[in-house]
Amino acid sequence: MRPTFSIICFTVLSGVGYGAWFLMGVGLAIGPICGAPQATAHPVITLRTCHIPFFDHASLLLALLLVVAGLLASLGHLGKPSRAWRALSQWRSSWLSREGVAALLTFVPASLLVTHAAAEAWLIATATADHVAPRSWNGLAWSEWIRPLLGAWLAAGSLGTVFCTANIYASLKTIRAWHERHVVPGYLLLAAYGGTLLVPAAATLDGMLHPVDHAILGCAALVLAAAGAWLKLRYWRAIDAQPATTAGHATGLEHLGDVRSMEAPHTEESYLTHEMGFVLARRHARKLRRIALWTAFAFPAALTGVGVIAQIAGAVSPAWHLLSWAALASGAAGLFVERWLFFAEARHTVMAYYAR
Amino acid sequence: MTRLPEPAPRKLGLVIDLDTCVGCHACAVACKEWNDGGAFGPLPDADPYGAEPRGVWFNRVHSYAIEPAPATDASGMTVHFPRSCLHCETPDCVTVCPTGASYKRAEDGIVLVDEDKCIGCQLCAWACPYGAREINVQKGTMQKCTLCVDRIYNETLDETDRKPACVLACPTRARHFGDLGDPDSAVSTLVAERDGYAPMPEFGYQPVNRYLPPRPRRDGRRDADRSAVPKDEVLDPEQLPGVLRWLDRVLSR
Repeated sequence: MRPTFSIICFTVLSGVGYGAWFLMGVGLAIGPICGAPQATAHPVITLRTCHIPFFDHASLLLALLLVVAGLLASLGHLGKPSRAWRALSQWRSSWLSREGVAALLTFVPASLLVTHAAAEAWLIATATADHVAPRSWNGLAWSEWIRPLLGAWLAAGSLGTVFCTANIYASLKTIRAWHERHVVPGYLLLAAYGGTLLVPAAATLDGMLHPVDHAILGCAALVLAAAGAWLKLRYWRAIDAQPATTAGHATGLEHLGDVRSMEAPHTEESYLTHEMGFVLARRHARKLRRIALWTAFAFPAALTGVGVIAQIAGAVSPAWHLLSWAALASGAAGLFVERWLFFAEARHTVMAYYAR
Repeated sequence: MTRLPEPAPRKLGLVIDLDTCVGCHACAVACKEWNDGGAFGPLPDADPYGAEPRGVWFNRVHSYAIEPAPATDASGMTVHFPRSCLHCETPDCVTVCPTGASYKRAEDGIVLVDEDKCIGCQLCAWACPYGAREINVQKGTMQKCTLCVDRIYNETLDETDRKPACVLACPTRARHFGDLGDPDSAVSTLVAERDGYAPMPEFGYQPVNRYLPPRPRRDGRRDADRSAVPKDEVLDPEQLPGVLRWLDRVLSR
């Protein structure tokens, strides 16, 4: 299949964004984690510091940018982008329609949380000595049930949207490399993996993420990198074992002998051969797969591993920031290669009619 | 609505005889001609006289060389295979559509695209194993065989002309049009007599159109064997006189 840049951008960018939202949603649903009470100068008052796990304003905003950029890129693939709203109507049968609905539903908690974060940032920015804005959820009078509700909604919506995206491709029986059992888990896993790279990197912008969360997300990234590489290797082995459809099978004439195309319908390229007859990726598959494995999984894992060790050793420095951004950059580049291959390597059944 | 209608008794479709098709492409040209000016046209050519003349065709004719398995005594043959929409009963091209633009008519089973609703996502083209759908680059919407729906019900036309353009154009009558849902119709009888089939049934789309397989050819090799010089006769040209050696060389060319 011809790899379309707009679709690759859409699945990678929004995938990473939804992965980050999923992690933050889970954190919000779990709720604040508080340290032990600490004595203050006052004899009676003790102080406890609390934080929402994995939650961070810069990550929330960056993920929003990625999700919006990805969804806008997906419109670029349409012949009639101005009619995109119509795609919300057929959710009963179409995964593409379901994806649109899930994306819109996920914007509800996301936009509320972003608005809340902006309000909080504004309160802190305008705080004076007389009026100190507390940097907590309770400070803005969010009730204790709204926060976990929004968190659960955000996590479920993000998961659901990526699930629908994966199923757009996995539901197409005509493209065997997509109609394959590793595809849906792969999309979900790589989105979560992208999230574990995005949150620690973006959090260096506002320093809101707790050091323990940095370490937890780092370890999660290591586990997901290993799982992602393992899943992709299994996927590639599975699609390499798929036999190509022959012209004899496509025409239903194989009982007569060896069927081979003698004359294509047209001397020049048609829409079908242009859209579905992409060969380049399969020719260089081995090399490209190796590039994807190194840049998407190995480099980010190594960088994250160094960062986690530095974190545990207590050596927190700006170098940590650079490491996490480098891990995100490499991971995102690798995911682009991986997604390009996912589209470009796949064979469409209709090309069997052209098999020589 | 992209959900499929309840199966209707009427299933209009084509029966294509691969035995008599001579691969002249008249059906493809007639289809292009009618639909370019019909209700579902135009069928544009992106670059008609340039280096990449890519255009929309609802019907494309492939030609195949079939080499029989060495052990069998069947002979090789050439088969021409016109490929177009099979108007499936349960196709994914309809259900994957996010807008409801791709639909199957309840009354006669024709699969159509509502050009005013199509957003050009191309998912339906990806979902079709038969390559029935092609995008109109100018309009940004999908196009496909309409079974000449603007012709077969057209009361301004003569009764005999109310058939798809491809069927009317075929010089060898290799294409037949009718109701495949009616077991007594001419097309259904033809399918029953000639073991008509639909390719790639494993997708489960239940195509309505049928192809009639080529009849066994007369064994060409046996004919050739009969007319040829018996194999046990040996001729050594070196033994011949000069003129006859020259004659043998000329005739052997």
